[in-house]
Amino acid sequence: MSDTNAQSVSFVRDKMLPESAPPTLERGVVKWIRENLFSSILNSVLTLGSIYVIYWIVAHLYPWLANSVWYASSLNECREIRDATVGPGVPSACFAVITDRWEQLLFGFYPNDAYWRPVMALVAFLAAIAPVLFVSLPRKLLWFSAASPFVMFSLLWGGSIWGPITLAVGFGVGYAAFVLLGRVAGALVSVLGSIIAPVLFWMFLAGPIAGALTAVAPIGLPFVESRSFGGFTLSVIIGVSGIVLSMPLGILLALGRQSDLFIINKVSVAFIEVIRGVPLIVWLFTAQLILGYFLPPGTTFDLTLRVIIMVTLFSSAYIAEVVRGGLAALPKGQYEGADSLGLDYWQSMRLIILPQALKISIPGIVNTFIGLFKDTTLVVFIGLFDPIGLSNAIRASTDWNGIYWELFVFIGLLFFIFCYSMGRYSLFLERKLQRENR
Amino acid sequence: MSELAIDRDIDRSHMTVSDEVAIQIDQMNKWFGTFHVLRDINLTVYRGERIVICGPSGSGKSTLIRCINRLEEHQAGTIMVDGTELSSDLKNIDKIRSEVGMCFQHFNLFPHLTILENCTLAPIWVRKTPKKEAEETAMHFLEKVKIPEQANKYPGQLSGGQQQRVAIARSLCMKPRIMLFDEPTSALDPEMIKEVLDTMIELAEEGMTMLCVTHEMGFAQAVANRVIFMDQGQIVEQNEPKEFFNNPQSDRTKLFLSQILGH
Repeated sequence: MSDTNAQSVSFVRDKMLPESAPPTLERGVVKWIRENLFSSILNSVLTLGSIYVIYWIVAHLYPWLANSVWYASSLNECREIRDATVGPGVPSACFAVITDRWEQLLFGFYPNDAYWRPVMALVAFLAAIAPVLFVSLPRKLLWFSAASPFVMFSLLWGGSIWGPITLAVGFGVGYAAFVLLGRVAGALVSVLGSIIAPVLFWMFLAGPIAGALTAVAPIGLPFVESRSFGGFTLSVIIGVSGIVLSMPLGILLALGRQSDLFIINKVSVAFIEVIRGVPLIVWLFTAQLILGYFLPPGTTFDLTLRVIIMVTLFSSAYIAEVVRGGLAALPKGQYEGADSLGLDYWQSMRLIILPQALKISIPGIVNTFIGLFKDTTLVVFIGLFDPIGLSNAIRASTDWNGIYWELFVFIGLLFFIFCYSMGRYSLFLERKLQRENR
Repeated sequence: MSELAIDRDIDRSHMTVSDEVAIQIDQMNKWFGTFHVLRDINLTVYRGERIVICGPSGSGKSTLIRCINRLEEHQAGTIMVDGTELSSDLKNIDKIRSEVGMCFQHFNLFPHLTILENCTLAPIWVRKTPKKEAEETAMHFLEKVKIPEQANKYPGQLSGGQQQRVAIARSLCMKPRIMLFDEPTSALDPEMIKEVLDTMIELAEEGMTMLCVTHEMGFAQAVANRVIFMDQGQIVEQNEPKEFFNNPQSDRTKLFLSQILGH
């Protein structure tokens, strides 16, 4: 047989090649543009089309913003200033309405000399959620977080400080009942006791005690009625209360829906489906009109509080479903692992199941919260003055009749800041947990 | 699987079977819906016994040991563990579960906790052990399973064999009197099987009462004092390992052994 190898298969390199740069088309900006903008004919067309759309939007928006008028006392004055400076007919935003009325948009009809109170409440709120959101902060700060609802209530509504304090003491009574009964009786008795004791305390003791203490030591800020609340303050109060309260309620509902106990299971399912199946606006009208019928005659039950309750119930149904998704995603082995070690139901939920299920549910939970926060604007329909309600009021005034874009841009921006922060925090948390346990 | 090399002598000085009853199962029956998965199981386990349960898949062996710590509920008959009867009384169930350790095929470690936290969780919350003491115990058992250096990692960062050894250490931290193994090596690569079996052999050498569902016949021959063969939800044959492997009585056992030892 002849040798079929035309060339010798043996090869020895005698000179090593130096490292060289990639060709011009394959590096830096040129490469990036080619790969990301003009990688094919269709993509080039899309790129050019998108650039044109962006140009078109900016070209229309820019003059409006650039020629904007910031200081005027009415829309007509705005127009006069515009005509005098850039000429008649030129698009020009009249942000003077914001500089003129921003306090009202933020605080509603809250007394002018007490604007520091909502601001301090916001500061207290930020200080309270910081240790909850960022685990790296000292854990002792959580004590302030626990006290903060009462501090914020005292700041916002004012009145005697003894009311919120006795309210807080009620929770202490509940805890004491739980611990004391836990020593002498079973778990069920202590749980029941921890619910009944504070309710009895609030019904029969809290009022007289707070009254007596107020008579002895009348400490507190001037009382502000709920009616005066409005603007972004109101949105934040409703939104934050709803978010904070619906989280634990939603988790309990999700656990209830997973429960083997027939009654608890069915009650949870019915609650979730009914609340979720009816529009929020219907629940808000319910809060405004019907809830009053169920209360004993003579009780005045704050409309803001009713709205908070409805918003909380509404979003807790959504949270429950999101958390249920997280629970269902956990492998059965996690439940069995916890069971096999002898952990009881609440221990295994708290230590094993919920931390993992909630981690899975973070995007859905934050999504629900963002939705809830924006839905607070629906309260305008039951006569509360949220930013939208106020914008209507401002536009109804003779000074600002006919203006709307500028107000909505401002309101939208405020909401965007809050919602975007929530979204970013959700991403931060997801990445952090991703890093910690894979 | 039979050719598992047990490459060391087994120290049998502590492998003593006492006449104290650890588990007593009487006429136990279980159904999944209408499917009769366990039929008339009678089994007495004495303290210090090392029992290997084998059988074809679907024969009910996993279900049997899962009944012992009530991961599955039996519908007829009685199970007594350490003198406590398994009934629907939650207190008894939690008590038995804290006395009986269990290792699973898929380890079931808690991925959101470090190895150390996995091991200290149950002692701290169930036994109310102080944290420092629980951590010392955990480190002791992690050293025993030869992975103390992984204590601060998360389960996801460990190999399968290491995870299973952590799972064993996690059970041991509760100082159980009985250990159940539910196919502990079935999800592992061959070289990891050996490290897990070594750990189990060490446990047997210390006199732990063990019930193992496994297909590792080498392990059965080396440390078991009794092999139970199950088929169709029933105990078909049980004997000491030598007799069981060399002189099986039932045809069903012979067939099974020829299939798993044949290659």
